[in-house]
Amino acid sequence: MTEVSVAKEDVAATGELVVLKSVNKHFGALHVLQDIDLTIARGEVVVVIGPSGSGKSTLCRTINRLETTDSGTITIDGKPLPAEGKELARLRADVGMVFQSFNLFAHKTVLENVMLGQIKVRKKDKKAAEERARALLDRVGVGPQAEKYPAQLSGGQQQRVAIARALAMEPKVMLFDEPTSALDPEMINEVLEVMQQLARDGMTMIVVTHEMGFARSAANRVVFMADGRIVEEAAPDQFFSNPRSDRAKDFLSKILHH
Amino acid sequence: MFDFLSDYDILGAFWTTVQLALLSAVGSLIWGTLLAAMRVGPVPLMRGFGTAYVNLVRNIPLTVIILFTSLGLYQTLGISLGAKGVEDINFRLAVLGLIVYTSAFVCEALRSGINTVPVGQAEAARAIGLSFSQVLWLVVLPQAFRSTVGPLTNVLIALTKNTTVAAAIGVAEAAFLMKEMIENEAQLLLISAIFAFGFVVLTLPTGLILGWVGKKVAVKR
Repeated sequence: MTEVSVAKEDVAATGELVVLKSVNKHFGALHVLQDIDLTIARGEVVVVIGPSGSGKSTLCRTINRLETTDSGTITIDGKPLPAEGKELARLRADVGMVFQSFNLFAHKTVLENVMLGQIKVRKKDKKAAEERARALLDRVGVGPQAEKYPAQLSGGQQQRVAIARALAMEPKVMLFDEPTSALDPEMINEVLEVMQQLARDGMTMIVVTHEMGFARSAANRVVFMADGRIVEEAAPDQFFSNPRSDRAKDFLSKILHH
Repeated sequence: MFDFLSDYDILGAFWTTVQLALLSAVGSLIWGTLLAAMRVGPVPLMRGFGTAYVNLVRNIPLTVIILFTSLGLYQTLGISLGAKGVEDINFRLAVLGLIVYTSAFVCEALRSGINTVPVGQAEAARAIGLSFSQVLWLVVLPQAFRSTVGPLTNVLIALTKNTTVAAAIGVAEAAFLMKEMIENEAQLLLISAIFAFGFVVLTLPTGLILGWVGKKVAVKR
């Protein structure tokens, strides 16, 4: 695998990168996010877990405003999230996002998928964009598939391309919205390995997942959500061996004892 | 039996039909795409305009629209679209009328195509920082066009046959000549068959070729 820089040089090695303050959101009568306060430090890997319908995916999607919020503030690198337009687009370019269903551009080749944002948003010339795209594809292990279309790739390969596409924008933070939930079991590891490598390289990551193994090994902090609230936040060791809340104990007893 | 045919310029008339169809096709594809962009866009004023345009125009008979371009635009308001002679003026007015009418159908075909593009495609495009118009032109519309080749082919075939309405304002296309020939000659069936065949020659290959193109460019998911 080739060495490619993915994280921007951290001038301030510490500090708060993503800050959510009393964020609320409703879907009709359903209060999906209830007074969410969450701070993610630069270089931190935060794993969000919880039962389905707990609002964890919604939380992830509010951070680059794919979901709007009803109240509260979200700031990224000190800047509040703009409501619409060019400002918002600029901010989204700094926030990489990986989706459950990959969402690679179906009419473009793998290489073009990774080049598009660099050329249209970062205004790089074609040659530089291609160079970086190929390097990133090599890095996630799909270099030989560069000229293929997404539908010709396996799920695991598609998701790794999606990670490369997000990294191509040199994001400050990466959001993963259940990145392995749509994958066949034997393809989960190849994606998790890429994510663990990223975590080791110091990328700031917010990961919504059901992969407890990944949470244990790569996370700095586990955030447990239930019914639209953050119920518990702890280091992974502490959370998995000694959860404080009953809700978390109940959840863990259901998923860990098979 | 076929002697009288040499007195008429049938090929010339069909050439006018082809020109009407091609120019109107290009024009309505452009205007129809812009209308579709307005209808899916975030600006309420444009959305309202697009919706009103489509619902108004597709419910007016084409004959009324074509007649209005001549009687209303040219003879009342003096708009001649930069042409000098009566023939040129009528031709351009007919093209305008066909574009106005056909674009409403192009817009709706495209809009249904846009609905076949999964929401995640646009979300992923937004997530890498593309603006609304970039999302539309770089990601959504290219995929929408590919899934719309079939419906757009129907619109194009309908357009080709609709060019006959231009005869109403004296454009010398195929149907205009057919009417003249039927009046002058006692060969109703033969003349009708010739013109019907002429239109089939125009539209059948269009359908076949675009059907092949549609398969070729289809987006695999």
